[in-house]
Amino acid sequence: MFGLGVLKGMLVTFKNFILSYFTKERLTTVQYPEERIPEKERFRNFPFLIYDDKPEDLRCVSCDICAKECPPKCITIVRDKDEQGRPLKRPKVFDIDFTICMNCGICEEVCPFDAIFMDHEFELAEFGRFEDLNYHKEDLLKSAEYFAKIRPSDAARIDAKRREKTAKAQTETQTQNPGTGPTK
Amino acid sequence: MEYTLKDTPALETQTLEVSLGPQHPSTHGVFRMNVTLDGETILKLKPVMGYLHRNHEKLAENMSWLGSMPYTDRLDYICSMTNNFAYALAVEKLAGLQVPERAQYIRVIMAELTRLVNHTLLIGFLLNDLGAFFTPVLYAFREREKILDLFEAVAGSRMMCNYFRFGGVKVDVTSDFIPRVRQIINKYPKFLDEFEKLLSENEILMARCQNVGVLPKELAINAGISGPMLRASGVPYDVRKVDGYSIYNRFKFRVPIGEKGDVYDRYYIRILEMRESINILDQAIKEIPDGEFITKEGGVGARSPRNFKPPKGEAYGRIEAPKGELGFYLVSDGTMKPYRYHVRAPSFINLTVLEDMCLGQKVADAIIILGSIDIVLGEVDR
Repeated sequence: MFGLGVLKGMLVTFKNFILSYFTKERLTTVQYPEERIPEKERFRNFPFLIYDDKPEDLRCVSCDICAKECPPKCITIVRDKDEQGRPLKRPKVFDIDFTICMNCGICEEVCPFDAIFMDHEFELAEFGRFEDLNYHKEDLLKSAEYFAKIRPSDAARIDAKRREKTAKAQTETQTQNPGTGPTK
Repeated sequence: MEYTLKDTPALETQTLEVSLGPQHPSTHGVFRMNVTLDGETILKLKPVMGYLHRNHEKLAENMSWLGSMPYTDRLDYICSMTNNFAYALAVEKLAGLQVPERAQYIRVIMAELTRLVNHTLLIGFLLNDLGAFFTPVLYAFREREKILDLFEAVAGSRMMCNYFRFGGVKVDVTSDFIPRVRQIINKYPKFLDEFEKLLSENEILMARCQNVGVLPKELAINAGISGPMLRASGVPYDVRKVDGYSIYNRFKFRVPIGEKGDVYDRYYIRILEMRESINILDQAIKEIPDGEFITKEGGVGARSPRNFKPPKGEAYGRIEAPKGELGFYLVSDGTMKPYRYHVRAPSFINLTVLEDMCLGQKVADAIIILGSIDIVLGEVDR
Protein backbone atom coordinates (compact mmCIF):
# COMPACT_ATOMS: atom_id res chain seq x y z
CA MET A 1 0.00 0.00 0.00
CA PHE A 2 1.33 3.39 -0.89
CA GLY A 3 2.10 5.47 2.15
CA LEU A 4 2.70 2.56 4.48
CA GLY A 5 6.41 3.36 4.66
CA VAL A 6 5.66 6.94 5.65
CA LEU A 7 3.28 5.74 8.34
CA LYS A 8 5.86 3.32 9.70
CA GLY A 9 8.35 6.15 9.89
CA MET A 10 5.85 8.33 11.70
CA LEU A 11 5.33 5.55 14.19
CA VAL A 12 9.04 5.53 14.93
CA THR A 13 8.97 9.28 15.48
CA PHE A 14 5.97 8.95 17.75
CA LYS A 15 7.60 6.18 19.72
CA ASN A 16 10.71 8.28 20.18
CA PHE A 17 8.64 11.25 21.25
CA ILE A 18 6.72 9.31 23.90
CA LEU A 19 9.69 7.34 25.15
CA SER A 20 11.82 10.43 25.48
CA TYR A 21 9.74 11.26 28.55
CA PHE A 22 10.45 7.94 30.22
CA THR A 23 13.69 6.36 29.07
CA LYS A 24 16.93 8.02 30.00
CA GLU A 25 18.61 6.74 26.88
CA ARG A 26 16.39 8.78 24.62
CA LEU A 27 16.41 11.82 26.84
CA THR A 28 19.91 13.01 26.20
CA THR A 29 19.67 16.77 26.66
CA VAL A 30 21.54 18.22 29.61
CA GLN A 31 20.47 21.64 30.90
CA TYR A 32 24.00 22.94 30.69
CA PRO A 33 24.77 25.76 33.12
CA GLU A 34 22.76 24.14 35.88
CA GLU A 35 23.54 20.52 35.07
CA ARG A 36 26.90 19.34 33.85
CA ILE A 37 28.18 16.15 32.37
CA PRO A 38 31.03 14.86 34.56
CA GLU A 39 34.37 15.70 33.00
CA LYS A 40 36.46 12.92 31.62
CA GLU A 41 39.87 12.67 33.11
CA ARG A 42 41.72 12.81 29.80
CA PHE A 43 39.70 15.73 28.47
CA ARG A 44 42.05 18.42 27.31
CA ASN A 45 41.56 22.08 26.76
CA PHE A 46 44.17 24.82 27.00
CA PRO A 47 47.48 24.27 28.79
CA PHE A 48 48.49 25.56 32.22
CA LEU A 49 51.74 25.76 34.12
CA ILE A 50 52.14 23.73 37.26
CA TYR A 51 53.87 24.74 40.50
CA ASP A 52 54.60 22.56 43.46
CA ASP A 53 54.23 24.53 46.70
CA LYS A 54 54.53 28.24 46.09
CA PRO A 55 53.72 30.00 42.81
CA GLU A 56 57.36 31.10 42.66
CA ASP A 57 58.80 27.61 42.29
CA LEU A 58 57.54 26.65 38.91
CA ARG A 59 58.48 23.33 37.46
CA CYS A 60 59.19 25.08 34.18
CA VAL A 61 62.90 25.63 33.56
CA SER A 62 62.28 27.60 30.36
CA CYS A 63 63.99 25.04 28.13
CA ASP A 64 61.84 26.22 25.21
CA ILE A 65 61.10 22.69 23.98
CA CYS A 66 57.32 23.13 24.10
CA ALA A 67 57.57 26.45 22.24
CA LYS A 68 59.60 24.80 19.50
CA GLU A 69 57.39 21.74 19.19
CA CYS A 70 54.08 23.59 19.35
CA PRO A 71 52.58 23.17 15.85
CA PRO A 72 50.83 26.58 15.63
CA LYS A 73 53.60 28.26 17.66
CA CYS A 74 51.40 29.79 20.34
CA ILE A 75 53.94 29.72 23.19
CA THR A 76 56.42 32.54 23.84
CA ILE A 77 59.12 31.99 26.44
CA VAL A 78 61.78 34.42 27.60
CA ARG A 79 64.36 33.11 30.04
CA ASP A 80 64.92 35.03 33.26
CA LYS A 81 68.35 36.45 34.17
CA ASP A 82 69.96 37.34 37.46
CA GLU A 83 71.64 40.68 38.22
CA GLN A 84 74.88 39.68 36.53
CA GLY A 85 73.02 38.74 33.39
CA ARG A 86 73.46 34.99 33.77
CA PRO A 87 70.50 32.95 32.58
CA LEU A 88 68.35 31.36 35.26
CA LYS A 89 66.31 28.18 35.09
CA ARG A 90 62.98 29.90 35.17
CA PRO A 91 60.92 31.81 32.66
CA LYS A 92 60.61 35.56 32.81
CA VAL A 93 57.86 35.60 30.24
CA PHE A 94 55.64 32.63 29.51
CA ASP A 95 52.77 33.54 27.23
CA ILE A 96 50.27 31.23 25.60
CA ASP A 97 47.99 32.82 23.07
CA PHE A 98 44.70 30.98 23.44
CA THR A 99 43.44 32.41 20.18
CA ILE A 100 46.15 30.38 18.42
CA CYS A 101 46.37 27.29 20.61
CA MET A 102 44.50 24.32 19.14
CA ASN A 103 44.46 22.05 22.22
CA CYS A 104 46.52 19.32 20.58
CA GLY A 105 48.39 18.42 23.76
CA ILE A 106 51.82 18.13 22.15
CA CYS A 107 53.39 20.55 24.68
CA GLU A 108 52.32 18.27 27.49
CA GLU A 109 53.76 15.23 25.77
CA VAL A 110 57.14 16.71 24.95
CA CYS A 111 57.80 18.52 28.25
CA PRO A 112 60.69 16.68 29.94
CA PHE A 113 60.01 18.36 33.29
CA ASP A 114 56.26 17.68 33.57
CA ALA A 115 55.69 21.39 33.90
CA ILE A 116 52.87 22.01 31.42
CA PHE A 117 49.58 20.17 31.33
CA MET A 118 46.28 20.43 29.59
CA ASP A 119 43.51 21.95 31.67
CA HIS A 120 39.84 21.07 32.01
CA GLU A 121 38.74 24.69 32.22
CA PHE A 122 36.70 25.66 29.17
CA GLU A 123 34.58 28.65 30.18
CA LEU A 124 37.07 31.26 29.07
CA ALA A 125 35.01 33.79 27.15
CA GLU A 126 36.40 37.33 27.14
CA PHE A 127 35.30 40.64 25.72
CA GLY A 128 38.58 41.43 23.99
CA ARG A 129 39.82 39.56 21.01
CA PHE A 130 43.57 39.85 21.35
CA GLU A 131 45.23 40.76 24.62
CA ASP A 132 42.52 39.29 26.83
CA LEU A 133 43.14 35.82 25.47
CA ASN A 134 46.91 36.07 25.51
CA TYR A 135 47.53 34.39 28.85
CA HIS A 136 50.64 35.39 30.75
CA LYS A 137 52.66 33.44 33.26
CA GLU A 138 50.58 34.60 36.23
CA ASP A 139 47.31 33.58 34.59
CA LEU A 140 48.62 30.17 33.63
CA LEU A 141 49.90 29.15 37.05
CA LYS A 142 48.03 26.41 38.82
CA SER A 143 48.97 24.28 41.78
CA ALA A 144 49.92 20.62 41.81
CA GLU A 145 46.90 19.95 44.03
CA TYR A 146 44.62 21.28 41.32
CA PHE A 147 46.27 18.95 38.84
CA ALA A 148 45.84 16.02 41.21
CA LYS A 149 42.19 16.94 41.54
CA ILE A 150 41.37 17.08 37.84
CA ARG A 151 43.57 14.21 36.69
CA PRO A 152 44.19 11.90 39.63
CA SER A 153 45.68 8.93 37.80
CA ASP A 154 48.06 11.03 35.66
CA ALA A 155 49.14 12.98 38.73
CA ALA A 156 49.89 9.77 40.66
CA ARG A 157 51.97 8.42 37.77
CA ILE A 158 53.91 11.64 37.32
CA ASP A 159 54.51 12.15 41.03
CA ALA A 160 55.95 8.65 41.30
CA LYS A 161 58.22 9.34 38.33
CA ARG A 162 59.39 12.63 39.79
CA ARG A 163 60.09 11.14 43.20
CA GLU A 164 62.18 8.44 41.58
CA LYS A 165 64.06 11.03 39.58
CA THR A 166 64.85 13.23 42.58
CA ALA A 167 65.96 10.22 44.62
CA LYS A 168 68.26 9.21 41.78
CA ALA A 169 69.59 12.74 41.43
CA GLN A 170 70.28 12.91 45.16
CA THR A 171 72.29 9.71 45.20
CA GLU A 172 74.18 10.91 42.14
CA THR A 173 75.06 14.23 43.69
CA GLN A 174 76.22 12.44 46.84
CA THR A 175 78.54 10.15 44.93
CA GLN A 176 79.63 12.33 42.03
CA ASN A 177 80.52 15.98 41.70
CA PRO A 178 77.89 18.19 43.27
CA GLY A 179 76.24 20.96 41.28
CA THR A 180 75.22 19.15 38.11
CA GLY A 181 71.55 18.51 38.10
CA PRO A 182 69.77 16.10 35.80
CA THR A 183 69.19 18.89 33.32
CA LYS A 184 71.27 20.46 30.62
CA MET B 1 -7.34 47.79 -18.84
CA GLU B 2 -7.45 44.06 -18.68
CA TYR B 3 -4.25 42.28 -19.49
CA THR B 4 -4.57 38.96 -21.29
CA LEU B 5 -2.23 36.46 -22.82
CA LYS B 6 -3.17 37.65 -26.28
CA ASP B 7 -1.41 40.95 -25.67
CA THR B 8 1.95 39.39 -24.92
CA PRO B 9 4.35 38.58 -27.71
CA ALA B 10 5.50 34.99 -28.18
CA LEU B 11 6.96 33.79 -24.87
CA GLU B 12 10.74 33.65 -24.84
CA THR B 13 12.65 31.51 -22.43
CA GLN B 14 16.04 32.21 -21.05
CA THR B 15 18.54 30.22 -19.13
CA LEU B 16 19.18 31.40 -15.62
CA GLU B 17 22.44 31.36 -13.77
CA VAL B 18 22.20 30.71 -10.06
CA SER B 19 25.01 30.67 -7.59
CA LEU B 20 24.24 28.09 -4.92
CA GLY B 21 26.45 28.89 -2.01
CA PRO B 22 29.04 29.51 -0.63
CA GLN B 23 26.91 30.31 2.39
CA HIS B 24 24.13 27.93 1.54
CA PRO B 25 22.79 25.61 4.23
CA SER B 26 22.70 22.61 1.94
CA THR B 27 26.23 22.80 0.59
CA HIS B 28 27.78 21.24 3.71
CA GLY B 29 30.16 24.10 4.16
CA VAL B 30 31.56 26.90 2.08
CA PHE B 31 31.15 25.33 -1.32
CA ARG B 32 29.65 27.06 -4.34
CA MET B 33 27.87 25.58 -7.30
CA ASN B 34 27.38 27.86 -10.27
CA VAL B 35 24.34 26.37 -11.90
CA THR B 36 22.86 27.20 -15.28
CA LEU B 37 19.19 26.42 -15.29
CA ASP B 38 16.49 25.98 -17.87
CA GLY B 39 13.44 26.32 -15.69
CA GLU B 40 14.25 23.81 -12.99
CA THR B 41 16.52 21.61 -15.06
CA ILE B 42 20.25 21.83 -14.69
CA LEU B 43 22.11 22.50 -17.93
CA LYS B 44 25.52 23.19 -16.52
CA LEU B 45 27.08 22.98 -13.10
CA LYS B 46 30.40 24.41 -12.13
CA PRO B 47 31.75 23.67 -8.67
CA VAL B 48 33.81 26.42 -7.07
CA MET B 49 36.11 25.31 -4.29
CA GLY B 50 38.80 26.83 -2.20
CA TYR B 51 36.91 28.96 0.29
CA LEU B 52 38.28 26.89 3.13
CA HIS B 53 41.80 26.51 1.82
CA ARG B 54 44.17 26.52 4.78
CA ASN B 55 47.43 25.60 3.14
CA HIS B 56 47.54 22.28 4.93
CA GLU B 57 50.16 20.67 2.72
CA LYS B 58 52.57 23.57 2.75
CA LEU B 59 52.13 24.03 6.50
CA ALA B 60 53.00 20.40 7.02
CA GLU B 61 56.18 20.82 4.99
CA ASN B 62 57.31 23.42 7.48
CA MET B 63 56.90 21.56 10.73
CA SER B 64 58.03 18.34 12.33
CA TRP B 65 56.52 15.07 11.17
CA LEU B 66 54.43 14.72 14.28
CA GLY B 67 53.49 18.38 14.25
CA SER B 68 51.07 17.91 11.39
CA MET B 69 49.26 15.07 13.14
CA PRO B 70 46.86 17.46 14.92
CA TYR B 71 46.34 19.23 11.60
CA THR B 72 45.23 16.02 9.93
CA ASP B 73 42.36 15.95 12.45
CA ARG B 74 41.14 19.09 10.81
CA LEU B 75 40.99 17.71 7.28
CA ASP B 76 37.89 15.65 7.54
CA TYR B 77 36.81 16.89 10.90
CA ILE B 78 34.09 14.31 11.32
CA CYS B 79 36.47 11.36 11.20
CA SER B 80 39.72 12.55 12.72
CA MET B 81 40.74 9.06 13.80
CA THR B 82 40.94 7.74 10.25
CA ASN B 83 42.92 10.77 9.10
CA ASN B 84 45.41 10.10 11.86
CA PHE B 85 45.46 6.48 10.82
CA ALA B 86 46.36 7.20 7.21
CA TYR B 87 49.08 9.65 8.12
CA ALA B 88 50.57 7.39 10.77
CA LEU B 89 50.54 4.51 8.30
CA ALA B 90 52.37 6.54 5.66
CA VAL B 91 55.05 7.71 8.08
CA GLU B 92 55.50 4.23 9.49
CA LYS B 93 56.01 2.92 5.98
CA LEU B 94 58.58 5.62 5.37
CA ALA B 95 60.46 5.12 8.62
CA GLY B 96 60.01 1.36 8.74
CA LEU B 97 58.39 1.38 12.17
CA GLN B 98 56.58 -1.59 13.60
CA VAL B 99 53.30 -1.30 15.45
CA PRO B 100 52.51 -3.50 18.47
CA GLU B 101 49.57 -5.88 18.29
CA ARG B 102 47.46 -4.09 20.85
CA ALA B 103 47.92 -0.77 19.08
CA GLN B 104 46.88 -2.36 15.79
CA TYR B 105 43.64 -3.54 17.36
CA ILE B 106 43.01 -0.19 19.04
CA ARG B 107 43.54 1.50 15.68
CA VAL B 108 41.11 -0.78 13.90
CA ILE B 109 38.49 -0.31 16.63
CA MET B 110 38.87 3.45 16.43
CA ALA B 111 38.69 3.45 12.64
CA GLU B 112 35.53 1.38 12.59
CA LEU B 113 33.90 3.48 15.28
CA THR B 114 34.73 6.49 13.14
CA ARG B 115 33.05 4.85 10.19
CA LEU B 116 29.92 4.44 12.30
CA VAL B 117 30.07 8.10 13.28
CA ASN B 118 30.54 9.28 9.72
CA HIS B 119 27.90 7.14 8.06
CA THR B 120 25.32 7.81 10.77
CA LEU B 121 25.87 11.51 10.47
CA LEU B 122 25.88 11.46 6.69
CA ILE B 123 22.54 9.71 6.50
CA GLY B 124 21.09 12.21 8.93
CA PHE B 125 22.31 15.13 6.87
CA LEU B 126 21.29 13.56 3.58
CA LEU B 127 17.75 13.37 4.86
CA ASN B 128 18.04 16.91 6.04
CA ASP B 129 18.83 17.87 2.45
CA LEU B 130 15.79 15.91 1.33
CA GLY B 131 13.59 17.93 3.59
CA ALA B 132 13.15 15.49 6.47
CA PHE B 133 14.12 18.38 8.59
CA PHE B 134 16.22 17.54 11.65
CA THR B 135 14.37 14.54 13.04
CA PRO B 136 16.75 11.96 11.50
CA VAL B 137 19.73 14.22 12.19
CA LEU B 138 18.91 14.42 15.85
CA TYR B 139 18.50 10.65 16.10
CA ALA B 140 21.85 10.33 14.37
CA PHE B 141 23.47 12.87 16.67
CA ARG B 142 22.14 11.06 19.70
CA GLU B 143 23.89 7.84 18.70
CA ARG B 144 27.01 9.58 17.48
CA GLU B 145 27.42 11.31 20.81
CA LYS B 146 27.87 7.96 22.56
CA ILE B 147 30.86 7.20 20.34
CA LEU B 148 32.27 10.70 20.69
CA ASP B 149 32.06 10.36 24.47
CA LEU B 150 34.18 7.26 24.11
CA PHE B 151 36.70 9.15 21.99
CA GLU B 152 36.85 11.87 24.57
CA ALA B 153 37.43 9.42 27.40
CA VAL B 154 40.27 7.77 25.49
CA ALA B 155 41.91 10.49 23.42
CA GLY B 156 40.93 13.63 25.31
CA SER B 157 38.86 15.29 22.64
CA ARG B 158 35.58 14.54 20.97
CA MET B 159 36.47 15.48 17.44
CA MET B 160 40.09 16.61 17.25
CA CYS B 161 41.42 13.39 18.67
CA ASN B 162 45.13 13.57 17.76
CA TYR B 163 45.38 10.05 19.07
CA PHE B 164 47.70 8.15 16.76
CA ARG B 165 51.46 8.25 17.02
CA PHE B 166 54.10 6.79 14.77
CA GLY B 167 54.51 3.25 16.06
CA GLY B 168 51.34 3.03 18.10
CA VAL B 169 48.84 5.29 19.78
CA LYS B 170 49.28 8.17 22.19
CA VAL B 171 48.02 6.49 25.32
CA ASP B 172 46.48 3.17 26.20
CA VAL B 173 42.72 2.88 26.21
CA THR B 174 40.94 3.28 29.52
CA SER B 175 40.01 0.19 31.50
CA ASP B 176 36.31 0.57 30.73
CA PHE B 177 36.89 0.99 27.01
CA ILE B 178 36.21 -2.56 25.86
CA PRO B 179 32.96 -2.92 27.86
CA ARG B 180 31.79 0.40 26.46
CA VAL B 181 32.54 -0.59 22.89
CA ARG B 182 30.71 -3.82 23.56
CA GLN B 183 27.74 -1.81 24.81
CA ILE B 184 27.76 0.34 21.70
CA ILE B 185 27.94 -2.54 19.27
CA ASN B 186 25.18 -4.34 21.13
CA LYS B 187 22.87 -1.39 20.81
CA TYR B 188 23.83 -0.11 17.39
CA PRO B 189 22.05 -2.73 15.27
CA LYS B 190 18.85 -1.89 17.11
CA PHE B 191 19.30 1.77 16.30
CA LEU B 192 20.03 0.94 12.67
CA ASP B 193 16.87 -1.13 12.47
CA GLU B 194 14.90 1.76 13.86
CA PHE B 195 16.60 4.17 11.49
CA GLU B 196 15.81 1.95 8.56
CA LYS B 197 12.22 1.59 9.64
CA LEU B 198 12.03 5.35 9.78
CA LEU B 199 13.45 5.83 6.32
CA SER B 200 14.28 2.94 4.02
CA GLU B 201 10.73 2.17 2.99
CA ASN B 202 9.51 5.72 3.08
CA GLU B 203 7.80 6.39 -0.24
CA ILE B 204 8.84 10.01 -0.33
CA LEU B 205 12.45 9.09 0.18
CA MET B 206 12.26 6.43 -2.50
CA ALA B 207 10.62 8.78 -4.97
CA ARG B 208 13.22 11.42 -4.37
CA CYS B 209 16.27 9.14 -4.34
CA GLN B 210 15.72 6.30 -6.73
CA ASN B 211 17.11 6.84 -10.24
CA VAL B 212 18.42 10.23 -9.25
CA GLY B 213 22.06 11.11 -9.73
CA VAL B 214 23.05 7.84 -11.33
CA LEU B 215 26.78 7.30 -11.51
CA PRO B 216 27.64 4.66 -14.12
CA LYS B 217 30.26 2.07 -13.26
CA GLU B 218 32.64 3.07 -16.06
CA LEU B 219 32.57 6.74 -15.16
CA ALA B 220 33.09 5.95 -11.50
CA ILE B 221 36.20 3.94 -12.29
CA ASN B 222 37.56 6.43 -14.81
CA ALA B 223 37.10 9.37 -12.48
CA GLY B 224 38.95 7.62 -9.68
CA ILE B 225 35.99 7.55 -7.34
CA SER B 226 36.48 5.47 -4.24
CA GLY B 227 34.68 4.45 -1.11
CA PRO B 228 30.95 3.92 -0.69
CA MET B 229 30.24 5.91 -3.85
CA LEU B 230 32.22 3.51 -6.01
CA ARG B 231 30.71 0.50 -4.32
CA ALA B 232 27.21 1.88 -4.75
CA SER B 233 27.91 1.89 -8.48
CA GLY B 234 28.62 -1.82 -8.30
CA VAL B 235 32.41 -2.02 -8.12
CA PRO B 236 33.55 -4.26 -5.26
CA TYR B 237 36.65 -2.26 -4.38
CA ASP B 238 37.55 -1.75 -0.76
CA VAL B 239 41.08 -0.83 0.29
CA ARG B 240 40.60 -2.84 3.46
CA LYS B 241 40.23 -5.95 1.29
CA VAL B 242 42.57 -5.01 -1.54
CA ASP B 243 45.44 -3.72 0.54
CA GLY B 244 44.78 -5.47 3.83
CA TYR B 245 46.65 -2.69 5.62
CA SER B 246 47.16 -2.85 9.36
CA ILE B 247 45.46 -6.09 10.42
CA TYR B 248 42.34 -5.94 8.29
CA ASN B 249 43.09 -9.24 6.58
CA ARG B 250 42.41 -11.00 9.89
CA PHE B 251 38.79 -10.01 10.00
CA LYS B 252 35.90 -11.54 8.16
CA PHE B 253 33.61 -8.99 6.60
CA ARG B 254 31.70 -8.50 3.40
CA VAL B 255 31.90 -5.60 1.00
CA PRO B 256 28.37 -4.47 0.17
CA ILE B 257 27.83 -3.24 -3.37
CA GLY B 258 24.95 -1.41 -4.98
CA GLU B 259 23.25 -2.03 -8.29
CA LYS B 260 22.35 1.22 -9.97
CA GLY B 261 24.56 3.79 -8.34
CA ASP B 262 21.76 6.24 -7.61
CA VAL B 263 21.30 8.28 -4.46
CA TYR B 264 19.22 5.56 -2.82
CA ASP B 265 21.98 3.00 -3.35
CA ARG B 266 24.49 5.38 -1.88
CA TYR B 267 22.24 5.89 1.11
CA TYR B 268 21.56 2.22 1.62
CA ILE B 269 25.13 1.05 1.14
CA ARG B 270 26.15 3.09 4.12
CA ILE B 271 23.66 1.33 6.35
CA LEU B 272 25.01 -2.00 5.14
CA GLU B 273 28.57 -0.86 5.71
CA MET B 274 27.76 0.14 9.25
CA ARG B 275 26.49 -3.36 9.87
CA GLU B 276 29.76 -4.74 8.55
CA SER B 277 31.69 -2.32 10.75
CA ILE B 278 29.84 -3.63 13.77
CA ASN B 279 30.85 -7.09 12.62
CA ILE B 280 34.53 -6.08 12.49
CA LEU B 281 34.30 -4.36 15.87
CA ASP B 282 32.79 -7.47 17.35
CA GLN B 283 35.71 -9.58 16.15
CA ALA B 284 38.28 -6.98 17.16
CA ILE B 285 37.19 -6.59 20.75
CA LYS B 286 37.12 -10.36 21.17
CA GLU B 287 40.67 -10.74 19.92
CA ILE B 288 42.37 -7.65 21.35
CA PRO B 289 45.50 -8.73 23.25
CA ASP B 290 47.24 -7.10 26.18
CA GLY B 291 50.60 -5.52 25.69
CA GLU B 292 52.25 -2.33 24.64
CA PHE B 293 50.30 0.45 23.00
CA ILE B 294 53.38 2.01 21.39
CA THR B 295 56.84 0.70 20.58
CA LYS B 296 59.81 2.02 22.53
CA GLU B 297 61.14 3.70 19.41
CA GLY B 298 57.77 5.28 18.73
CA GLY B 299 57.52 6.52 22.31
CA VAL B 300 60.86 8.30 21.98
CA GLY B 301 59.71 9.80 18.70
CA ALA B 302 56.50 11.07 20.27
CA ARG B 303 58.38 12.73 23.13
CA SER B 304 60.85 14.54 20.88
CA PRO B 305 59.30 15.10 17.46
CA ARG B 306 62.20 17.27 16.31
CA ASN B 307 64.58 14.34 16.54
CA PHE B 308 62.35 12.05 14.53
CA LYS B 309 63.99 11.87 11.11
CA PRO B 310 62.82 9.18 8.74
CA PRO B 311 65.40 8.04 6.15
CA LYS B 312 65.38 9.47 2.64
CA GLY B 313 62.67 8.07 0.46
CA GLU B 314 59.02 8.25 -0.37
CA ALA B 315 55.94 6.44 0.81
CA TYR B 316 52.25 6.33 0.12
CA GLY B 317 50.03 5.19 2.94
CA ARG B 318 46.39 4.64 2.20
CA ILE B 319 43.37 3.50 4.09
CA GLU B 320 39.71 3.02 3.45
CA ALA B 321 38.43 6.13 5.16
CA PRO B 322 34.65 6.39 5.60
CA LYS B 323 34.51 8.67 2.57
CA GLY B 324 36.83 6.72 0.31
CA GLU B 325 40.48 6.08 -0.22
CA LEU B 326 42.44 8.49 1.91
CA GLY B 327 46.13 8.54 1.12
CA PHE B 328 49.15 10.47 2.25
CA TYR B 329 52.07 10.71 -0.13
CA LEU B 330 55.21 11.71 1.70
CA VAL B 331 58.75 12.37 0.55
CA SER B 332 61.49 12.56 3.10
CA ASP B 333 64.90 14.10 2.58
CA GLY B 334 66.13 12.76 5.89
CA THR B 335 65.39 15.89 7.90
CA MET B 336 62.86 16.64 10.61
CA LYS B 337 60.40 18.06 8.09
CA PRO B 338 58.64 16.37 5.20
CA TYR B 339 60.07 17.39 1.85
CA ARG B 340 56.76 16.79 0.13
CA TYR B 341 53.44 16.12 1.72
CA HIS B 342 50.42 15.40 -0.37
CA VAL B 343 46.94 14.34 0.62
CA ARG B 344 44.75 12.26 -1.64
CA ALA B 345 41.48 13.42 -0.23
CA PRO B 346 38.48 11.25 -1.08
CA SER B 347 35.96 14.07 -0.74
CA PHE B 348 37.77 16.15 -3.33
CA ILE B 349 38.12 13.41 -5.91
CA ASN B 350 34.58 12.15 -5.40
CA LEU B 351 33.34 15.66 -5.98
CA THR B 352 34.71 15.74 -9.53
CA VAL B 353 31.77 13.75 -10.89
CA LEU B 354 29.20 16.11 -9.44
CA GLU B 355 28.41 17.74 -12.78
CA ASP B 356 28.04 14.43 -14.60
CA MET B 357 25.55 13.25 -12.03
CA CYS B 358 23.57 16.48 -11.93
CA LEU B 359 23.05 17.21 -15.63
CA GLY B 360 19.42 16.98 -16.61
CA GLN B 361 18.26 16.75 -13.02
CA LYS B 362 16.27 19.30 -11.07
CA VAL B 363 17.79 21.85 -8.70
CA ALA B 364 16.40 20.08 -5.66
CA ASP B 365 18.06 16.89 -6.84
CA ALA B 366 21.44 18.58 -7.12
CA ILE B 367 21.28 19.21 -3.40
CA ILE B 368 20.72 15.59 -2.50
CA ILE B 369 23.29 14.40 -5.05
CA LEU B 370 25.82 16.63 -3.38
CA GLY B 371 24.69 15.32 -0.02
CA SER B 372 25.07 11.72 -1.13
CA ILE B 373 28.67 12.27 -2.26
CA ASP B 374 29.48 12.90 1.38
CA ILE B 375 31.91 15.77 1.29
CA VAL B 376 33.51 17.65 4.12
CA LEU B 377 34.87 20.97 2.99
CA GLY B 378 37.79 20.77 5.36
CA GLU B 379 39.06 17.91 3.26
CA VAL B 380 38.05 19.22 -0.16
CA ASP B 381 39.85 22.53 0.20
CA ARG B 382 42.55 21.52 2.70
